[in-house]
Amino acid sequence: MNTVTITIKKQPDLFLEADCFTPDALAGKKADEIAELPVFIGKTVEKIGDYFTVSGETGPTADETRLVFNGDFTKVKYIGAKMSTGEVVLNGDADMYVGSWMSGGKITVNGSVGHFAATAMSGGELNITGNAGNYLGAAYRGDWRGMSKGKITVAGNVGSDCATFMTGGEIEIGGNVDVHVMTHADGGKVIIHGNAKSRLGGQATRGEIYLFGTVDVMMPGYVKAGETELTIGGTKAVFTIYDGDQGERHPTRKGLPIYAKLYLKK
Amino acid sequence: MTSILIKNGFVIDPVQGIRGDKMDIAINDGKIVKNLSNPDKTIDASGMVVMAGGVDIHSHVAGAKVNVGRTFRPEDKLQSTYAPYHGIRHMAGGTSVPTVFKTAYMYADMGYTTVIEAAMPPLYARHTHEEMRDTPIIDEAALPMFGNNWFVLDYLKRGEMDNAAAYIAWLLRSTKGYGIKCVNPGGTEAWAWGLNCLSIDDPVPYFDITPRQIVSGLMEVNEYLHLPHSLHLHSNNLGNPGNYTTTLDTLKLSEGIKPNNNFGREQVLHHTHIQFHSYGGTTWADFESKGKEVMDYINSHPAVTCDIGFVTLDETTTMTGDGPFEYHLNKLNHLKWANTDVELECGSGIVPYVYSKDVYVCGVQWSIGLEMALLAKDHMRCYLTTDHPNAGPFWRYPRIMKWLMSEKARNDVLATMKNEDKVRDRSTLGSIDRELTLYEIAQMTRAGPAKALGLGSSVGGLVPGMQADIAVYPYNPETESDPEKIEWAFSHAKYLIKSGEVILNDGEVVSNGNKKTYWVDVKTTPNRQVERDIDQTFVKYYTVNKNNYEVNEHEFMKNPCVVQIDAIQ
Amino acid sequence: MSKRLTDIICPFCGTLCDDIEVEVSDDGKQILEVYNSCAIGSEKFLHAQSPDRITRPRMKQEDGSWKETTYEEAAKYTAKILCDAKKPLMYGWSSTSCEAQSTGHMIAEQVGGVLDNTATVCHGSTLIAMQDVGIPSCTLGEVKNRADRIIFWGCNPAHAHPRHMSRYSIYSRGYFTGKGSKSRKIIVVDPRPTDSASLADEYIQVEQGRDYELLSALRAALRGAQLPDKVSGVTKEKIYEIVDILKGGRFVVIFFGMGVTHSLGKNHNIDMAIALTADLNNYTKASIIAMRGHYNVTGSGQVLGWQFGFPFCVDLSRGFARYNPGETSSNDLLMRGEVDGCLVVGSDPGSHFPIASVKKIHDIPTVCIDPHTTPTTAVSTCHVPVAIVGIEVGGSCYRMDNVPIESRKVVDPPAGMLTDAEFLGLVLKEVNHIKGVAE
Ligand SMILES: [Zn+2]
Repeated sequence: MNTVTITIKKQPDLFLEADCFTPDALAGKKADEIAELPVFIGKTVEKIGDYFTVSGETGPTADETRLVFNGDFTKVKYIGAKMSTGEVVLNGDADMYVGSWMSGGKITVNGSVGHFAATAMSGGELNITGNAGNYLGAAYRGDWRGMSKGKITVAGNVGSDCATFMTGGEIEIGGNVDVHVMTHADGGKVIIHGNAKSRLGGQATRGEIYLFGTVDVMMPGYVKAGETELTIGGTKAVFTIYDGDQGERHPTRKGLPIYAKLYLKK
Repeated sequence: MTSILIKNGFVIDPVQGIRGDKMDIAINDGKIVKNLSNPDKTIDASGMVVMAGGVDIHSHVAGAKVNVGRTFRPEDKLQSTYAPYHGIRHMAGGTSVPTVFKTAYMYADMGYTTVIEAAMPPLYARHTHEEMRDTPIIDEAALPMFGNNWFVLDYLKRGEMDNAAAYIAWLLRSTKGYGIKCVNPGGTEAWAWGLNCLSIDDPVPYFDITPRQIVSGLMEVNEYLHLPHSLHLHSNNLGNPGNYTTTLDTLKLSEGIKPNNNFGREQVLHHTHIQFHSYGGTTWADFESKGKEVMDYINSHPAVTCDIGFVTLDETTTMTGDGPFEYHLNKLNHLKWANTDVELECGSGIVPYVYSKDVYVCGVQWSIGLEMALLAKDHMRCYLTTDHPNAGPFWRYPRIMKWLMSEKARNDVLATMKNEDKVRDRSTLGSIDRELTLYEIAQMTRAGPAKALGLGSSVGGLVPGMQADIAVYPYNPETESDPEKIEWAFSHAKYLIKSGEVILNDGEVVSNGNKKTYWVDVKTTPNRQVERDIDQTFVKYYTVNKNNYEVNEHEFMKNPCVVQIDAIQ
Repeated sequence: MSKRLTDIICPFCGTLCDDIEVEVSDDGKQILEVYNSCAIGSEKFLHAQSPDRITRPRMKQEDGSWKETTYEEAAKYTAKILCDAKKPLMYGWSSTSCEAQSTGHMIAEQVGGVLDNTATVCHGSTLIAMQDVGIPSCTLGEVKNRADRIIFWGCNPAHAHPRHMSRYSIYSRGYFTGKGSKSRKIIVVDPRPTDSASLADEYIQVEQGRDYELLSALRAALRGAQLPDKVSGVTKEKIYEIVDILKGGRFVVIFFGMGVTHSLGKNHNIDMAIALTADLNNYTKASIIAMRGHYNVTGSGQVLGWQFGFPFCVDLSRGFARYNPGETSSNDLLMRGEVDGCLVVGSDPGSHFPIASVKKIHDIPTVCIDPHTTPTTAVSTCHVPVAIVGIEVGGSCYRMDNVPIESRKVVDPPAGMLTDAEFLGLVLKEVNHIKGVAE
């Protein structure tokens, strides 16, 4: 695996869109070629080299390419967006769309990310040591196909609308989460080690939420269905199981309805 | 205006019976002319096919429900590249429901120059016209819906043909409409109470009339008014297993009615997206094709025309004036559902839909469309449509041409289906080896629909005197054998001329054209009763004033082209 | 002698009443009296006549004072700031005609603007909900002719849409509803007992910010599921009772407003209300309609829809259209500092936006096209007064139920004033000139 290091040297006046900050787009290119590639600020087209220093060498394929980003990327969008393979390491905070539409590979953020990270993710790994904004692992507007595969880990807190329309994959949150988790989900799993605000699993037809902390207000459509001892995220605990959302249409298996499940630590 | 000579192309024109002869086509002052000396521009079409501009008889491209389809599906914009703004070309996006700009550019790329918006809710007519005005290049017209209109139901129930005719003439004038569209007669009014009419004898709640009476009455009125187009019908029971009997019952209503017009139209009934109406079986489990039964009837009844509504096996957005159908479709796929019921007039519904080749029902639907087109005996009466975007987006027409023209291409698709055997078992498609010719394709896509619309004297052909709408395709019928080339060439017209103006030059858009909009103005005998009925109904039941109902031609239409008819008895 | 003009359209709210009558002076220059309209509508017509009205564009000077200029100079200035900006915000569009909107969009296409309308602070959440679950709806005439169960959820038509109740909903008499309000049951859901609530057969006092849970409970009850004893402050007995009232109707309609679009969860509340409406169709007929505010905010969404495919928050900066509220929405763009120039047309963000956004508008070059002096003109660098759409110039508008209505001209604007469509036409010309594009 070859490593290219991209360090921010100048903050953009507005926000910078770097669609090409993925192993897929940069593989096989030399540092000086990368510096010539376009980035966008509003309607203006500028060069990577105007804002970043690029060093090191990419692998011949994306698979063999690791991108390391150093510095404050809070005015840079789309890091790792649409990546399918390879590795991205970000030492610093980033703005929106980190790992959005990613289908494979691995992103490690030693810092926090903005909204819309991992939009409609369909594979790979996204690890965040800090916090994530709203719409983590959610579907794009209007799409019924949200996050379908892959794994997201956030050590800190997560904003609202996490895992909307999720159909598969897993999100593990170390801290607290804001309102609306797994709204409209039809599969997948979200583990919350901290506390949740209201609206867990609203309108969900399938999928699982594990909550270690507390929730302000429960959805009225979740009914108690027993309890169980489980080991989740390495922690063993007894959980109360709830079936829901009873207000929603549910598919059936062998004549019995399948529900989304909410596991609340006792 | 420039004069243009298109030299040496393989000309195909069913209107004149020309079957690929190497000929020149001359254009002057917007019209096709016999010959031309010193043309301003010469196009070398050698090795290429030359046809009249395509005519789409049924497509949903403008108006309220189309725009709901656009705005409630942002994700549809991600399914294809959003083409950037470039020179005179507007930015153009959307996949199953393209923006007005993309609609125009994609029709132009396919060599199409005339498109009929197939369902205009009268109360929303101004919206339809605003969108058509903003759609560059292509000539358009819109068909207002009448099959659930309270005036029409009342007059037809009482057998008052004069009154029905006077009202329809008034509504065509008010909405700047082109002809009589009827969607799920009576069923959409029933849907306003959550009900439906599934056979032609199901009574319409509170109106004491049946779909049978509505369809017969509208056909009669259509001929009474001498309209250029016939009744344009989407009959009851669309999309349900076993519906072919309803379809045959409906088609039979045309027997005994004679066409009466000065536009060269020979049919009294155009049945649209007939594929959706030719289903056998009793449930989705024993669902099968009855395409042969329905096409046999059409083949032997020259006063009936149809378009197919081919399923293209894509993700798309269904939208129709058949409100209850969309509700039931949503019960099957559980994706989002929009519905709009329109006071006193009609309704509509919209649901995204994924036609997957691995779902056997979709495979059978795909087969039925192709089967019917291949069993048709007269392609001047059987047209190529996808009921855009219902069975698939219109920009798939070239792929359908490929399937119609190549048995191998059809077998290639069947071979990739998960349920190939079951799909083959449920229709006769696999046993049909017919391959349509370019001549038959030209009948299905320009000469035929133009004639059925009553526009046959000006578009759909290459006769001197006709409007110069001409497409040149990079396809050599003498040397080409790869079916893929058909799809490619008919999606990439090399040249397109519309009303004598070059729109595509070497495949590039060079002009947004000078689109026009057709509408029909019929003079009828003054009718005090109908005038009074209209006044009173607006006061009592509508939520807009009558004086704010009419679409202002000057404000809302680009190059209005009025078809004047005198139907005073 | 004065004359009375009929069938006039009121350019105030989304109810878009089209039965206004206006008495004008013989010379057609003065509005004398307004009939049929609500008090706010009348005021809008009569205010047009205010003698201290600004009638020429003006530029703000270094010292903060205004200096009069010509429309041509103002158009040049507007074109320049839009062309110079890397990402100009072009906001408003809700109190102007579709023709003006369309001209503005053609400018935006060339200057890479972000087009957003007042839905962004109003019913944008409704549009997002529609994108998630659709919307079973109908025109207002269907309500008038058929509805026997009407819910007002988080809206107060008695104040915000004064003639809604008499023209379309509670009191209107239609084909199947000849007895007017006697043929209907009215339910009002609101945390506060509003004036509209006092007209209701049933008033449900929902806990502030808990609409989502209550709507969810109604859906669960509709499916016969068990409920907790109380949801959102409402007893389960009441919830079952409401469900029975709704199921017992022949035609249910839900009207909703800012009370749900902007409380906790925003679009999710509407999403759930739409889902409830869809569910009710398994038992009876049901529709849902947003109580849109500005008279042509609906039209702006329509024109953006057919031209670019999205109803608001449309970012054209990269030469193609993108959409994602939360990123491409005006307040997010302003507060995050994503835009560096601003054009405001037919709206007043100075009154409706958070202070942080207004500060940003103040800090970047901003042109405000508005017939009147507003809090927005005060923070702009250039104010372009124009004729009032619906009073001094006609044009296409869309009612809250998407019905298009052509508004009418009633009187002439003050001499020499342009309409906003005309002024935007001048700007487009200047932009073409700067960009070297042939017209
Ligand atoms: Zn259709």
